[in-house]
Amino acid sequence: MTDNSLAGAQRIAAAQNGQWQPLPHISSAALRWGLNAAALIYLVLVYFSVDINWARVAQGLDRGVAFMASFFSPDFITRGGEIAIGLRESLTMTFVATVLGIALAIPVGLGAARNIAPAPVYYFCRAIIALSRTFQEIIIAILFVAMFGFGPLAGVMTLAFATIGFMAKLLAEDIEDAQRDPMEAVRATGASWLQWINYAVQPQVMPRLIGLSLYRLDINFRESAIIGIVGAGGIGATLNTSINRYDYDTSAAVLLVIIGIVLCSEYLSGYVRKWTA
Amino acid sequence: MPLMMNNKTPVWRRREPLAQRLIWLAYFLTVLLFLLCWKIVSDNTIWEFLADAHIQAASLIGRMIPPQWSISGSLLLPLWDTINIATVGTALGVLIAFPLAFLAARNTSPHPALRAFALAVIVSSRSINALIWAILLVTIVGPGLLAGMIAIALRSIGFVGKLLYEAIEEIQVTPVEAVTATGAGRMQILNYAVLPQIMPAFAGITVYRWDINIRESTVLGLVGAGGIGLQMNAAINNLAWAQVSMVFVLIFATVILSEWVSAKVRHAVI
Repeated sequence: MTDNSLAGAQRIAAAQNGQWQPLPHISSAALRWGLNAAALIYLVLVYFSVDINWARVAQGLDRGVAFMASFFSPDFITRGGEIAIGLRESLTMTFVATVLGIALAIPVGLGAARNIAPAPVYYFCRAIIALSRTFQEIIIAILFVAMFGFGPLAGVMTLAFATIGFMAKLLAEDIEDAQRDPMEAVRATGASWLQWINYAVQPQVMPRLIGLSLYRLDINFRESAIIGIVGAGGIGATLNTSINRYDYDTSAAVLLVIIGIVLCSEYLSGYVRKWTA
Repeated sequence: MPLMMNNKTPVWRRREPLAQRLIWLAYFLTVLLFLLCWKIVSDNTIWEFLADAHIQAASLIGRMIPPQWSISGSLLLPLWDTINIATVGTALGVLIAFPLAFLAARNTSPHPALRAFALAVIVSSRSINALIWAILLVTIVGPGLLAGMIAIALRSIGFVGKLLYEAIEEIQVTPVEAVTATGAGRMQILNYAVLPQIMPAFAGITVYRWDINIRESTVLGLVGAGGIGLQMNAAINNLAWAQVSMVFVLIFATVILSEWVSAKVRHAVI
């Protein structure tokens, strides 16, 4: 009788006495306790490397309460003009960047799918994706602002660049998962490469591509609210200024507008996805 | 099958004419909207800045290469801080998101009003970037690691909460019914019928979020919330681009490593 089945028999005997317990998630006891101990040691280490200035925290608490309270009295009016301009810039930046980014991501995504691209193209496109995905939008924005100057163009470039990595990776994975039969069937008719992509690959990935595009539009809008902090245009500048002025009523108004737009776009994309699928 | 008569020979078409025209109309409207938005962006852009963009870019890249390897030793402590922000932030976020997900899931929520509240919290947390939370928290609890950790936690609540409540809504009902039939109480049902079904998804979601949080925590220092971003911000303000690129190299390495760890763990649990 092996160790395992012995333990199993003991468990059944215990259960018949009314003392059943679920199996632990990690079967090796040494590993289980080792992981727990490691987590505990890590927490102690972190506790000593974070020095919290409790006096400062206590001092800021009423500011925190004031911020929470301002969500119930948001001020859309006083800085209404700035909010409207920032919002218009964010929305236009988002749309332009998403369209540009997707247009550029499609060839990269085709190149990054192992089943339709030759090896050199594959590695080149994968490198583009890795580069675009590693760095946060805000880092890219800093570099683009240094190159192209302040304003929404730097923001458009940033968001488009980030969109390429995101869309191309997911598109490539989708193409790699596509069914082979239609692809072989269309190829057997003597179709050219472009016809092959258009009639065999595109119909298989289109519903997911539309869903992902809407999702990315949503992400780009959320990101457009922060790249303004480093001067790349959009509503982020308005938000940052209002927080730095401790004008929490305006900050709350901007945040509520962002939440509202994200909610609307989520509803809309759910609707469109149901419709295209 | 949509066929079109061309000189009395039937020619195959992919779609019915009406569907095809609607699709063309959608493309046309998209292009129209794109041009309109582009006009607004272009009006707000100072195009003179762009004339020397290629020179600026070349000089920027020229100053970034080679990275200043000598400062890498002094960057290790900030990097440790960054990893701590991500890890502790994820842990805090998960602690709050876990009960919230049970309130938000249709099949485990005790009351519709609680469900609406939980969903509102999840949506608000998801809509607002960690960097915005960080700006706010720096003004509230002061600059430092604590602000970063709370910012990461607040952003993680929405992400983990949403994916987890979707996982809870997709569980199989048979184990739930079986455990209910034994006369188990509400918490016992959750513990023995629901929890085992969502545990793999929960572990996967947590590690996935941790991986994203590592990326996000690298930039929190830009607004004073601690970590390697503080060094990056200082280097950018001093226009010391060789130091900036050194920070980039470290971030790149850390992100690749965390992605590898996350892929390994997710592979192991799912």
